[in-house]
Amino acid sequence: MDYFTTDLTSLHEKLVNKDLSVEELTKETFKTIKDRDQQIAAFLALNEEAALKQAKELDQNGIDPANVLAGIPIAIKDNIVTKGLRTTAASKMLENFDPIYDATVMEKLAAAQMINVGKVNMDEFAMGGSTESSAFKVTKNAWDQTKVPGGSSGGSAAAVASGQVLAALGSDTGGSIRQPAAYNGIVGVKPTYGRVSRYGLIAFASSLDQIGPLTRTVKDNAYVLNAISGHDSRDFTSSDREVPDFTQGLDGDIKGMKIAVPKEYFGEGVAKDVKEAIKKAIKTFESLGATVDEVSLPHSKYGVPVYYIIASSEASSNLQRFDGIRYGFRAQDVKNLEDVYVRSRSEGFGDEVKRRIMLGTFSLSAGTYDAFFKKAAQVRTLICQDFAQVFNDYDLILGPTAPTTAYGIGDEINDPITMYMNDILTIPVNLAGLPGMSLPAGFSNGLPIGMQLIAPQFREDTMYKAGYAFEQATDFHKQVPTIGGQN
Amino acid sequence: MNFETTIGLEVHIEMKTNSKAYSPAPVVYGAEPNTNTNVIDWGYPGVLPQLNKGALEYGMRAALALNCEIARDIHFDRKNYFYPDNPKAYQITQAQTPIGHDGWLEIELEDGTKKKIGIEEMHVEEDAGKNTHAGDGYSYVDLNRQGTPLIEIVSKPDIASPEEAYAYLTRLRQIIQFTGVSDVKMEEGSMRADVNISVRPIGSTKFGTKTEMKNLNSFEHVKKGLEYEAKRQERVLMAGGEIQQETRRFDEPSGETILMRVKEGKSDYRYFPEPDLPPIHISDEWVAQVKGSIPEMPDVRRKRYVNDWGITEYDAGVLTQTKEMSDFYEATVAAGADAKLAANWLMGEVSAYLNAQKVELGQTALTPEHLATMIKLIQDETISSKIAKKVFKEIIKNDTEPKAWVEEKGMVQLSDPAKLQPIIDEVLDNNAQSIEDFKNGKDRAVGFLVGNIMKQTHGKANPKVVNKLLMASLKER
Amino acid sequence: MAISANEVKHVASLAKLEFSDAELQKFTGQMDQIINMVQQLSEVDTTDVPVTTTVTDAFNVMREDIAVKGTDRELLMENVPERKDGFIKVPAIIDESEEG
Repeated sequence: MDYFTTDLTSLHEKLVNKDLSVEELTKETFKTIKDRDQQIAAFLALNEEAALKQAKELDQNGIDPANVLAGIPIAIKDNIVTKGLRTTAASKMLENFDPIYDATVMEKLAAAQMINVGKVNMDEFAMGGSTESSAFKVTKNAWDQTKVPGGSSGGSAAAVASGQVLAALGSDTGGSIRQPAAYNGIVGVKPTYGRVSRYGLIAFASSLDQIGPLTRTVKDNAYVLNAISGHDSRDFTSSDREVPDFTQGLDGDIKGMKIAVPKEYFGEGVAKDVKEAIKKAIKTFESLGATVDEVSLPHSKYGVPVYYIIASSEASSNLQRFDGIRYGFRAQDVKNLEDVYVRSRSEGFGDEVKRRIMLGTFSLSAGTYDAFFKKAAQVRTLICQDFAQVFNDYDLILGPTAPTTAYGIGDEINDPITMYMNDILTIPVNLAGLPGMSLPAGFSNGLPIGMQLIAPQFREDTMYKAGYAFEQATDFHKQVPTIGGQN
Repeated sequence: MNFETTIGLEVHIEMKTNSKAYSPAPVVYGAEPNTNTNVIDWGYPGVLPQLNKGALEYGMRAALALNCEIARDIHFDRKNYFYPDNPKAYQITQAQTPIGHDGWLEIELEDGTKKKIGIEEMHVEEDAGKNTHAGDGYSYVDLNRQGTPLIEIVSKPDIASPEEAYAYLTRLRQIIQFTGVSDVKMEEGSMRADVNISVRPIGSTKFGTKTEMKNLNSFEHVKKGLEYEAKRQERVLMAGGEIQQETRRFDEPSGETILMRVKEGKSDYRYFPEPDLPPIHISDEWVAQVKGSIPEMPDVRRKRYVNDWGITEYDAGVLTQTKEMSDFYEATVAAGADAKLAANWLMGEVSAYLNAQKVELGQTALTPEHLATMIKLIQDETISSKIAKKVFKEIIKNDTEPKAWVEEKGMVQLSDPAKLQPIIDEVLDNNAQSIEDFKNGKDRAVGFLVGNIMKQTHGKANPKVVNKLLMASLKER
Repeated sequence: MAISANEVKHVASLAKLEFSDAELQKFTGQMDQIINMVQQLSEVDTTDVPVTTTVTDAFNVMREDIAVKGTDRELLMENVPERKDGFIKVPAIIDESEEG
């Protein structure tokens, strides 16, 4: 199956016209995965048997011409629980864990008749920006297999970018969908906090986490977000706002749209080639009739420390349930309860996870709470206010998604601060609960550069409209990577 | 040196909601292990809490009954600690914004003095599961209780003696029972107290160092433990020693408290706001609505019993000690029983039976309707009070309709003079000597004759009617 | 503000983690770096600034008090490392004091 030259709409047409059966499509997809994933290493588990069964049923019942997603394969990040299908969050802690229920998004995908082909790699418990902290494998960037795919949704991004699937679900706590989308030259959307149910997402940081789609095109992305959005009575933080059809209004007309470019997003640390690509993109937007102004988000520089305190604090608490008692890894030869706890957790978690648990535990402890957690939660308010002020006057905020293109595997993992700085452009969006999109905006040395669009809460429609107009005016999304000497 | 005692109580009470505080699993006591649990109770990866409106409203109801101010903007917090019965390794509680604060209740001591005890705060949280220590090197975890909604009530340092602590607990249990949010069954562990106590020389402005005892589920143990502990602390101080901040355990057989562990600083629970539950705003309307749903409190009932039903202040007090008794009493009166007779029966025969059998009213077969029917049978002289005792024994053990049973067993009292007169005449005819004795002023003869008549009627004759007829007949002879 | 290896050890005990001496040194260094980065926040004036601990637009979300039958015990038990007679089995607690 050549996912490089197709999109959801054209594939759907073939299925409706019976030029292709769902079973054929599914089999082809697994064939591609088994071949191409030898280079990319995106998949942790394949769902072949169940997928083929579902495909046959769909063929028997016929494809609903009104449902673009029917019979389309999708890959799922491995921190989204899938009933009966191993879900590890890329951690030794859950190496043998079989969920006994489905995440809400899985129910929604099933209702949309999408086919889950398998679980994809990530940073352990979504903590990291390169997918290197996975306990199981190192996923490669689709464009250069010596580079990281980004993270934490590195498997999702690489699987889509390498043409193994048209769509994948990822999760984004501080940029974990947008940054790997940027590194892999695809479209990744983190929806507004509360737009998509978190029920069944193995929590990293509960006030920041959102599930979102990664796809090759803007419109495909909108289709998948349509399917997974909406209120869920099992997630009390999910919004009961009506979900618009995000594919509506994708007409390329953005005349009069007001776009803000924060000067802080072009500070030191953002590479020259990235700056140039984004400046060009700004010109494209202007040529499409949008107005673009420079603005300031004065507190965004505090985004990284605020994020590390809040995300780590929540994570330290969320990950306490992994104690070796009811599920997951239990250390061998334990003598007493304390042993079960300490040894299971020390042996089951990797370094990056431990580092965050430690920082979070420290930030919440009695002597440090006010100076750390409380202070961070106050500065978070100021970061939210910065955005609110800009959105009084603008429809969108535009900037780079990541300060550089994808870096080499093994390059930065030993320097946590540098790793963390990589998140500086994406983190404030999570802190404020805003929707953000990364889409291809150029290349440098054969590696994709991502542009980020940020919209006010629940205005994903604006983001998709602008993203679509830009995509139609450029051809970055039509570029195809070389994988294992072939494409 | 004379000392004064300061006692603080933190009381946990399980609420009888249908479902758990943060999951829809049922709240059931005494089920097979791990049968009333779901993935949320187990803290399975990916699950999220779902706040139970009933638990929050019950909490609000209890807070209002304890005269608390209701917090208007609340959120939940996580209290982090590892334990096998605590699956998420955090308890969802209300640390920063307890639903109630600055309340009070009034206690009455045995000598009749009354005292207001302040309530610092009252919040809603979840209970943990249960660990059973089998003694085989393992513990066994049952998560049925996990997530059962609790209220925790924290007293102000107003309690100055073990007796006051006992009275506080009694009063607290009574109030909570009457709100209907909990049955407060001590034997099921649905009320547990953590107590702390310190002593200081009278006149000292600084509180002494506290020691604490945790998870006590008997008022008697609280009282005895505190009595021992106050004396122990005084002895230590008199001997020039210092009190250590420590947790102790009440040992029932010896009546002493035993050191469990010395506290090294405060436990660090790393509280922070629960991000999975959005904030709650409590409006005036909501508070008013909950206030309106609070059942009548014991003091109000007591006054009503005295004023409307004419029973004594003392009796009204006894009958309103538990909601179960008070509800039963009211239902009996509503079923047509005379209020005074119903009170006498409940405080007499019924209470005696409950004490002797060590059971609760709800565990017997007695219903207010049956008791009322029986009382009516006594009043309209269908049965004698002697027969009534037999009837009572039957209806408290079995679900028997008393009127039908009395008729079936032929226990109906014989009150018809036309039927009694021939029997009396016959007895008199056969006992000329007694008639003679009566005429000579020997009153005992009457008793003998009545006994004979009762014998002839197998105890069914109405003594009043018999007496009247007999006296008339004797005068005629 | 610097963090000492002893403080890191204390935090580890709260988090139920243990580190070898070499790991402890590495973690102490890394945590120190992060804590220094966090120190930046002290320059922000947050007088009277409220905290933001959630960005959901939802509020007053509650479930009616209706019980739903529990999940099948066998299913719940599927991932339990050790079990017996319907209970989850764990090595005995040596210290009883953690009970909250």
